[in-house]
Amino acid sequence: MNNFSDYILPVFVLIIIGFGVYKKIDVFGTFVDGAKKGFDVFLSILPSLTALFLAVQMLKSSQGIEIVTKILTPVADLLRIPPEALPMCILSPISGGGSLSVFESIISEYGPDSYIGRVASVMMGSTETTFYAITVYYGAVGIKKIRHTAICSLCADFTSFVLAGIMVRLFYYP
Amino acid sequence: MMNYIWIAIIFFSVITAVFNGTANELSNGIITSGNTAVDLCFSLLGTFCLWNGLMNIAEKSGLSQTFAKITAPILCKIFKGLNKNSDAILPISLNITSNLLGLSNAATPIGIEAMKKLAKENSGKSTPSNNMVLFVVMNSAALRLIPSTVAGIRANHGSANPLEIIVPSVITSICALTVGITMAKILERFFKYE
Repeated sequence: MNNFSDYILPVFVLIIIGFGVYKKIDVFGTFVDGAKKGFDVFLSILPSLTALFLAVQMLKSSQGIEIVTKILTPVADLLRIPPEALPMCILSPISGGGSLSVFESIISEYGPDSYIGRVASVMMGSTETTFYAITVYYGAVGIKKIRHTAICSLCADFTSFVLAGIMVRLFYYP
Repeated sequence: MMNYIWIAIIFFSVITAVFNGTANELSNGIITSGNTAVDLCFSLLGTFCLWNGLMNIAEKSGLSQTFAKITAPILCKIFKGLNKNSDAILPISLNITSNLLGLSNAATPIGIEAMKKLAKENSGKSTPSNNMVLFVVMNSAALRLIPSTVAGIRANHGSANPLEIIVPSVITSICALTVGITMAKILERFFKYE
């Protein structure tokens, strides 16, 4: 049985290639020409990703996350962010894999339909790995000074973390 | 900015390791970090080639231009100063669409294509244009209608309704995105564009 969402990608590809055929361009050759540029993308983002991963791995392996968690716990209490979800909030802007593993451990420990499980789910469903996006997108075009990007993105993440709890209380525990 | 954050994280980690007695783990972390970056890049290489190929067809066939005509009126309201016939419009719209549909594998290479087009219109500048900042902010607060990864993990752990978090997540995302965009619009005046 196919789901509706399973058709999105094939239709996407079909429209692009179908339009090429309709306009009578050399579809195969054009694809191959474009695909070559994939290597340039690879080469342009690798250096900045190496820099990002060095910082992230150092923070994780030195157990610095635990210390930041301790420092921020009073702030989280004030904003009614569940303390169990705090390490996830701290990891989420810097490491997608890291926050996902914290999320999984929260879900398996408290259950997906518990209050904490739901708050964590909304947090995960409404944020992206901010610094990964910054590194990849600016790395690809060779920009090192990023102006106000990080501040704006982190404010958006912060909004998600605070609102997640409010939304869950509003929807499931009125 | 990135410079300071980077330095701060590295210094903080070393000091933490001294007090926590985790210098050994830290050393291992440093050694493996390079490999982790290469592994991730390699795992994305195929997707980059695939989407660059498809985007090249869209561009050469004129689909890009046709599509741009439809979405330009909406996009130009958010991205001020974006040319109505800009090559960036198709990749920006496709990036937003793939984010909405939860196709993150497609969103990244298409988004990079959009950044390259925006950078071309920003030639000779060492800092990103307001539109480039806005685009990255929108991607880091990506609005998703189908949070497939989260729903998958919830289902694996026996949730009665894995998808029940969609509505609160979407509302939260919209608010976060609004905050991000508003902040970008306000702060763009205070950060030097050179």
